Amino acid sequence: MSSAMYERMRANPKFQELVARRSRFAWTLAAVVLSMFYGFVLVVAFNPMSLGHPLGEGSKLTVGVAVELFMFIFFWVLTAVYVKRANTEFDSLTQEIVKEAWKENK
Amino acid sequence: MRKLITTLSLLGISSLALAADAVAQTEKQATNWHAIIMFCAFVVMTMGITYWAASRTKSTSDFYTAGGGITGFQNGLAIAGDYMSAATLLGLTAMVYTQGYDGYIYMLCFFAGWPIILFLMAERLRNLGKFTFSDITAYRLDQGKVRTMAAISSLTVVCFYLIAQMVGAGQLIKLLFGLEYNTAIFVVGILMMVYVTFGGMVATTWVQIIKACMLLAGGTLVMFLAMSEFGFSFSTLLEKATAVHKLGDKMMYPGALLKDPVTAISLGLGLMFGTAGLPHILMRFFTVTDAKEARKSVLYASGFVAYFFNVIFLMGLCGILIVGQNPEFFEGGTIGGKLIGGGNMVAMHLAKAVGGNMLLGFLAAVAFATILAVVSGLALAGASAISHDIYARVIMKGQASEATEIRVSKIATICLGFVAIVLGILFEKMNIAFMVGLAFGVAAAANFPVLILSMYWKGLTTKGALWGGYSGLISAVCFVLFSKSVWVDVLGNKAALFPYTQPALFAMPIAFLMAYLMSKSDASARAKQEIEAYEDQYVRAQTGYGAAGASNH
Repeated sequence: MSSAMYERMRANPKFQELVARRSRFAWTLAAVVLSMFYGFVLVVAFNPMSLGHPLGEGSKLTVGVAVELFMFIFFWVLTAVYVKRANTEFDSLTQEIVKEAWKENK
Repeated sequence: MRKLITTLSLLGISSLALAADAVAQTEKQATNWHAIIMFCAFVVMTMGITYWAASRTKSTSDFYTAGGGITGFQNGLAIAGDYMSAATLLGLTAMVYTQGYDGYIYMLCFFAGWPIILFLMAERLRNLGKFTFSDITAYRLDQGKVRTMAAISSLTVVCFYLIAQMVGAGQLIKLLFGLEYNTAIFVVGILMMVYVTFGGMVATTWVQIIKACMLLAGGTLVMFLAMSEFGFSFSTLLEKATAVHKLGDKMMYPGALLKDPVTAISLGLGLMFGTAGLPHILMRFFTVTDAKEARKSVLYASGFVAYFFNVIFLMGLCGILIVGQNPEFFEGGTIGGKLIGGGNMVAMHLAKAVGGNMLLGFLAAVAFATILAVVSGLALAGASAISHDIYARVIMKGQASEATEIRVSKIATICLGFVAIVLGILFEKMNIAFMVGLAFGVAAAANFPVLILSMYWKGLTTKGALWGGYSGLISAVCFVLFSKSVWVDVLGNKAALFPYTQPALFAMPIAFLMAYLMSKSDASARAKQEIEAYEDQYVRAQTGYGAAGASNH
């Protein structure tokens, strides 16, 4: 865990690339979830009636139920998308960075 | 028979939702042998696991984090188990039953924190942490002071949560099993001590996994049997339910529970970031091998939680017709009167209606197992704050041997067990509706801001962390103390000093602001070093190089 190892990793352009790519991806997804969720909370707070409308003519299914069900599924899909990309692309990039830092060490 | 204040809804997080509903009466029911036999089977199985786990629990790493050897899938189930308490099953079903759509909104609030935890926290937690989340906050700061602060707020969260769970457990068991309140408290306290002291995190994790499977299976079965009565058609169900519900079509509109925007937003914040600051949930991230498995844990956990919430929504809606229209479940047999056993019994009555006494017994045993598992997780988190943070790092300054550290954590577990029993008995007749709200408020305002800043903000110094943590802790406690649920309902004052029930929207900004201002104003040499140390911490957080692993084996 030497500071020198960390120094070398930090100097590796791949590290900057990893950090930039992953942060952009994670923050984009987080922004999507936060804006959808708090958008929904604001609708609940300021315009609750809009959520009670039926989805179609004569249907009992309301907009609110459909929107929530969509969010449950969509948020979970986003976690799956993140895990997929992080566990393949980002992790292999990370391994390369660590390996290269080790090589320089020798 | 003695009438008592029920605190069923306090069994877990959903008490926030049901705070208004919390005061109801419960009576001791006839002894339910189906439930007792099935619960005993659960205890025998988990004791077997504890015996096996005890032989594998040798090092501190085994004790606190199961040696980091839990897989992502197992950990996902265990996290889901930690998160889905008995109140999720009972309280949220009851809420859908009485309030309709509002219950579904609450469930989304409980769920939405998980993706955020994954995107912003999971891998950094795993890469930086070892046994407790204070390992992360204290990484580059003053170990003694920061760990003491983190341990105090962790223990505060654990104690409030424990009281709520213990009192709820006593009430629930009295109701479902027909046991005495005090007997129930002792059973829960002693079983918890056995699991944690002998089996450590290995046993706690497996108890959690088994219970999560039982809960998922039980809920799904009840939901299927109930839905079959409506031909598995959601629109038939909705049509019939709105036709008989006392709210009518309004049932499917957001209603009275979230009447003002401040409460709605504050609740959303508190649930989302409170989850990300609960010590027993954070601890689960250190039980897996690496960041890869940590991410998978969240994927599985959030999948199970999302699925189960939707099952509960359906159970609540089915309950409106199957339970709400059956005089058998009402006191005196009048439909629309008081439900037998109180408002939180909808899920249990539904199980009985669709599956008879066997299914009722099973679901009751699941509810008991759930409390036991959640209490064990809490006790382990509390014990590790005492033994790892306070004893090993603050008092012994890292010089304690593994054997003594484990001994201290076992003693701490036993002490916490007795504290839980005593508090459970003391608080039996009190209205403790505020306890879980307080636990989430403290977690969101004291633990979360310092934790997230230590991972993301280079400029955080010891002074900033201490001011942020303590101000968050004190303000969250004060806001709850001065709110209606304590100041008026418990202390008997006329008017609340703080007009809202949810502290997060106010206490979190205070903590962040204090942490920022005090870090910025800290010009000491030490602060300069701490800011410089962020660079190495940052590389470790990003790459996982140097992270505590399962390498001890």
